Amino acid sequence: MEPNLTSEDLLKVEDLSVAFTTDEGQVIALDQVGFEVKQGQTVGLVGESGCGKSVTAYSIMGLLPKPIGKVISGNISFQNISLTGLPPEQMRKIRGNQIGMIFQEPMNALNPVQKIGTQLSEVFLIHQEMSDHQAWLGSIEMLDAVGIPSPENRVHEYPHQLSGGMRQRVVIAMALACQPKLIIADEPTTALDVTVQAQILDLLQNLQKKSGSSILLITHDLGVIAETCDEVCVMYAGRIVEKGSTKQIFTEPAHAYTQDLLASIPKLNGTPKTKLKTIDGIVPSLLDLNNGCRFGPRSGRKHSADLLNQRAEMTEVSTGHWVEACPVCTEL
Amino acid sequence: MNFLQIEDLCVHFPVRGGVFRKAIGACKAVDGVSFTLSKGRTLGLVGESGCGKSTLAKSIVQLVRPTAGSIHFKGHLLDPKKEAYDYRKSVQMVFQDPAESLNSRMTVGAIVQEPLDIHEIGEKKSRLHRVKQLLEQVGLPGNSARRYPFEFSGGQRQRIGIARALALQPELLVLDEPVSALDVSVQSQVLNLLMSLQEDLGLSYMLIAHDLAVVKHISDTIAVMYLGKIVEMGPADQIYSSPRHAYTQALLSAIPIPDPSLERKKVIIPGDIPSPIDPPRGCAYGHRVSAANYEKSFVEKPLWKEVNSDHWVLACPCCVSKD
Repeated sequence: MEPNLTSEDLLKVEDLSVAFTTDEGQVIALDQVGFEVKQGQTVGLVGESGCGKSVTAYSIMGLLPKPIGKVISGNISFQNISLTGLPPEQMRKIRGNQIGMIFQEPMNALNPVQKIGTQLSEVFLIHQEMSDHQAWLGSIEMLDAVGIPSPENRVHEYPHQLSGGMRQRVVIAMALACQPKLIIADEPTTALDVTVQAQILDLLQNLQKKSGSSILLITHDLGVIAETCDEVCVMYAGRIVEKGSTKQIFTEPAHAYTQDLLASIPKLNGTPKTKLKTIDGIVPSLLDLNNGCRFGPRSGRKHSADLLNQRAEMTEVSTGHWVEACPVCTEL
Repeated sequence: MNFLQIEDLCVHFPVRGGVFRKAIGACKAVDGVSFTLSKGRTLGLVGESGCGKSTLAKSIVQLVRPTAGSIHFKGHLLDPKKEAYDYRKSVQMVFQDPAESLNSRMTVGAIVQEPLDIHEIGEKKSRLHRVKQLLEQVGLPGNSARRYPFEFSGGQRQRIGIARALALQPELLVLDEPVSALDVSVQSQVLNLLMSLQEDLGLSYMLIAHDLAVVKHISDTIAVMYLGKIVEMGPADQIYSSPRHAYTQALLSAIPIPDPSLERKKVIIPGDIPSPIDPPRGCAYGHRVSAANYEKSFVEKPLWKEVNSDHWVLACPCCVSKD
């Protein structure tokens, strides 16, 4: 049973499956993923590379590479509008306007041969019917809001003239220009130093407090999740294996994958030079996935053939804490 | 006799300009670094990007020539003008991105064997045997030698990089961000491998990483670097429990900790690390945070102070409180 969805859900993703056509056949990158983001909340999607975090973000934004990637089932609704069947011209009105996106690598998200101001103005010109001058002033205001010093000079600069942290601030300014209700941040701090990461996360949280928008934060860093998110979805091989409040996930993880993942990272207060818990093998290739418990083969726990072939349902272990109920992996 | 003793090491790159490409300035990537490392121990080096960690690592394996200072290895002074084959044999490096540091057109066997070929160790047959032994040692399947790097996952590729570094039976491994390109679940496998190799072979490590929890887990001593200089150095637990330099304190508070119940006060450091080509006057960190006593650092040259046994701090007037 999936949880009942309430009206305050800003974004609802239900049973979303996404397939990619490759030379080696069809690959299911997302397999019945479901979660919701409420007004003003920060929801984290966490998982290792290839688990489908970014594909989830791209599906919501309608940016799956065409024609090879497509949504094969399920629904994404944003403010009760279904995004999955929306014609491209209407999707363009929502994207960048009501849903903003922050990309991982700021150097790739910015155009290297355009001034910062020109790139920022574009957002206003497209979505808000402003005059060139208004848009330019709006850009200066946005740069100021994200804490870039002397923004009236910075608008004339090019991306290469800024440091990594400053570039990421520009990308954030672009994402927030139209005061979106939802911000999707795909690994916003992975390319940055810890000190700059702290600056950027602090900035995002402050801006969120002011505007009341929701954030979908995608990261592989459990530390970042613990410090910023209200809710967490743990993804593995194209599925959500566990979701719940940050406290539930970190203090009483129910799925073996979540438990092992948390145990495998070195802790600052741990005993030095002790063996770390490891997870055998590697993240499975999407080309040969079993239908049942996908963590089974790596979990080091004995799974019967049935469990590996038949998918367990999402079950609620405590209020708001859902887990893919493979009996072996959720054994307490 | 110290195993590795670095004294006042500097790496200054010339900045050229003008018609005749004359040196018009210097980029002081590493500026007066000193430390010692004992046999079988691990020195962790932390700092932001651009602080000179990698340049320091490269100068220790002689990929970059130091412009001043000395390196003593097992009591012998290294002559920077000479190719020190023996030294290179004893000091090997593991690089950050295993996908880029392995030649994709060579088989894994050839990659691991290359150091043996260069240093003319053994004959053909014994080299093959040694390669097989090395691959086993790092936990790769026996048939790996004939395969190519692309057939391996990230974690396995890093194991290949480690096997190559071990080929010459080194005594010191310089590990430049060995796990930062790896997935969380694979990272712990490689860290465990590094720890068990150290125990079995008595290796010394110099570990560079930006994940401070990783550094803390496997290091005995930690050195914190800022703009080409070490600002604080000491036993790992002391650096974490009672950091004395303002930069170390801020750096530690910036690490996200995977425990939502923890309430911490974060010190957000404004701005970026200054450019080593045009460093600010006085204390570089005091300048960045506009410290209260920043002006004092113009006149007072900071000295090293031992605040606790083996716990040293660069006692700059604006970053270290006096007590």
